[in-house]
Amino acid sequence: MAKYIIKRIAMAIITIFAVATVTFFVMNMVPGGPFMAEKAISPQAQAALNEKYGLDKPLSEQYTTYMKDILHGNLGLSVKQRGRTVNMIIGTKFPVSARIGGMAILAAVMIGVPLGSIAAFKRGTLIDNIIIVFSTCGIAVPSFVVCTILMYILSLKLGLLPTYGLGSWKNYIMPVMALALYPSSYISRLMRSSMLDVMGQDYMRTARAKGLSQLVSIFKHALRNAILPVVTYLGPLLAYTVTGSFIVEKIFTIPGLGSEFIGSITGRDYPLIMGTTIFLATLMVIMNVLVDVAYKFIDPRINLK
Amino acid sequence: MSEYLVNIENERLSFFTPAGEVKALNDVSLHLREGEVLGIVGESGSGKSVTAYSLMGLTAYPGRLIGGSLQFNGHQIEKMTEKEMRKIRGNEISIIFQDPMTSLNPVYTIGNQITEVVMLHTNKNKQQATERARELLTLVGINEPQKRLNQYPHELSGGMRQRVMIAIALACEPKLLIADEPTTALDVTIQAQILELMMELKEKLGMAIIMITHDLGVVANMCDRIAVMYAGKVVEYGNTDDIFYNPSHEYTKGLIRSIPKLTEKEHNKLIPIEGSPVDMLNPPAGCPFAPRCRACMKICLREMPEYTDITDIHYSACWLLQKEEFEKQQRQKGDA
Repeated sequence: MAKYIIKRIAMAIITIFAVATVTFFVMNMVPGGPFMAEKAISPQAQAALNEKYGLDKPLSEQYTTYMKDILHGNLGLSVKQRGRTVNMIIGTKFPVSARIGGMAILAAVMIGVPLGSIAAFKRGTLIDNIIIVFSTCGIAVPSFVVCTILMYILSLKLGLLPTYGLGSWKNYIMPVMALALYPSSYISRLMRSSMLDVMGQDYMRTARAKGLSQLVSIFKHALRNAILPVVTYLGPLLAYTVTGSFIVEKIFTIPGLGSEFIGSITGRDYPLIMGTTIFLATLMVIMNVLVDVAYKFIDPRINLK
Repeated sequence: MSEYLVNIENERLSFFTPAGEVKALNDVSLHLREGEVLGIVGESGSGKSVTAYSLMGLTAYPGRLIGGSLQFNGHQIEKMTEKEMRKIRGNEISIIFQDPMTSLNPVYTIGNQITEVVMLHTNKNKQQATERARELLTLVGINEPQKRLNQYPHELSGGMRQRVMIAIALACEPKLLIADEPTTALDVTIQAQILELMMELKEKLGMAIIMITHDLGVVANMCDRIAVMYAGKVVEYGNTDDIFYNPSHEYTKGLIRSIPKLTEKEHNKLIPIEGSPVDMLNPPAGCPFAPRCRACMKICLREMPEYTDITDIHYSACWLLQKEEFEKQQRQKGDA
């Protein structure tokens, strides 16, 4: 197992390196640059800025300098946000997004798993149909619609919750709800189908033949087998969600990392594009390793090699 | 308490499918004394397993018991609630399934799956239950029981897993063990070992066994009595010798003809029963076997024959026997 993890970490480094390289060159192929504002700046000023950030050098040289820097854990200086390093930006914005994202995932699992299981056990009934409709809507409705509806009802009409900022715990409710809707719907669908599959397995019949109650056979014998697809989905989902959602953060005015992703691209803030991309890639790779290890604990048949 | 451990009378059970009602069991009657071995023989879909499962209250959706009486060890099964049934299952009545490869939960250890049933039905604590599990593994002939307790099903062979299933079934010393084609999924040498083990355990523990199979070779060696089922009906019932040496239903005769014989010449073909099983959604009006029967008469297609007693124990449902019986009576009348 230790050997497996070491191997995976080595592969992870290669993956992240590849992601960084591809992003670097693709990003530079896109027309435009960080200093192309609506109000044109003088060519001299532009040249001075380019020199300051090393953008006047040939691309290959920029690349090697950048790669050396990341090896030292230095993601560079933001071009657009004066005097702030990319490390600083991620360091301050990520915890905000992670807190909201983490809560959303927790909620999604706590809602999705039981709902999916209930739907499976009550298949063909009204309850099952209600859950199917709910989860289909949850998947189909885009998050900005959800955000707007939530705001309209909970803030505007009922005046219960604030619409922007992160002042108190109340501020978290709507963003978390908006973020949790899609994953909870998706998880409940995954759970329903894998639970239906597990319920038809011979060992569930064995559990009943032993005289176990329905509840024990579900919790002990079915859940652990049925949860695997959810775990698979949770890995990448967690990486995406804790790095923030552009839409939800924009609508609720949350100073999270999600806005930085889009902002950095529209502003051609090269170091920030690289930084956020590498950060997400790293998280993604880590989550995938964790999922694989979790597999091993859930299903002993899985052999990590 | 009745003289029988199991007494099923006129059991009727149907599956209510979207395509219509499938009458899986039509007036099935079976009985079994303590310590006896009953073989239920028949082809796929004849209702063998459904009969046995209904005795454990394990009828699969959308099946429903619609009539008859099922007595087991003083319990009236058809009147019991799910909660009452749970106390009996795995305790007084146990089952071994066909496929040992899929009947054990892959994510729990062997020990866990055995102690679970021990702790459920007895007052034993975890430690005592583990002790009992080790005892059971030894009983079913598994080597290194201590090591097996901590192993997962996938680390064991098919034969070993079936032994584990038997250990689970015997954990609470049941009065009745149902074996649903316990050897079908195993290779031939292992089959023999498992059957031998079951007979040995029967002698030791004195339980009754219902052996469900389509392999006449299996029942010939093991069973005291045999019920031959066809299309949800018991078509012939008797002692093992009755069935093998004096088969009186055409279906039973066909089954016996189709057994390969060692004495036959090498290139002789097996004699199959022609045709295919009945469509249970649209069963024929008369004897369900009539369309495939070599000795089919007009009445066979119209009406279902009653049972004819051949001996005290042996009986069969066939118009040919009814005809013989009738002719015999006529002759006696003539003599008188």
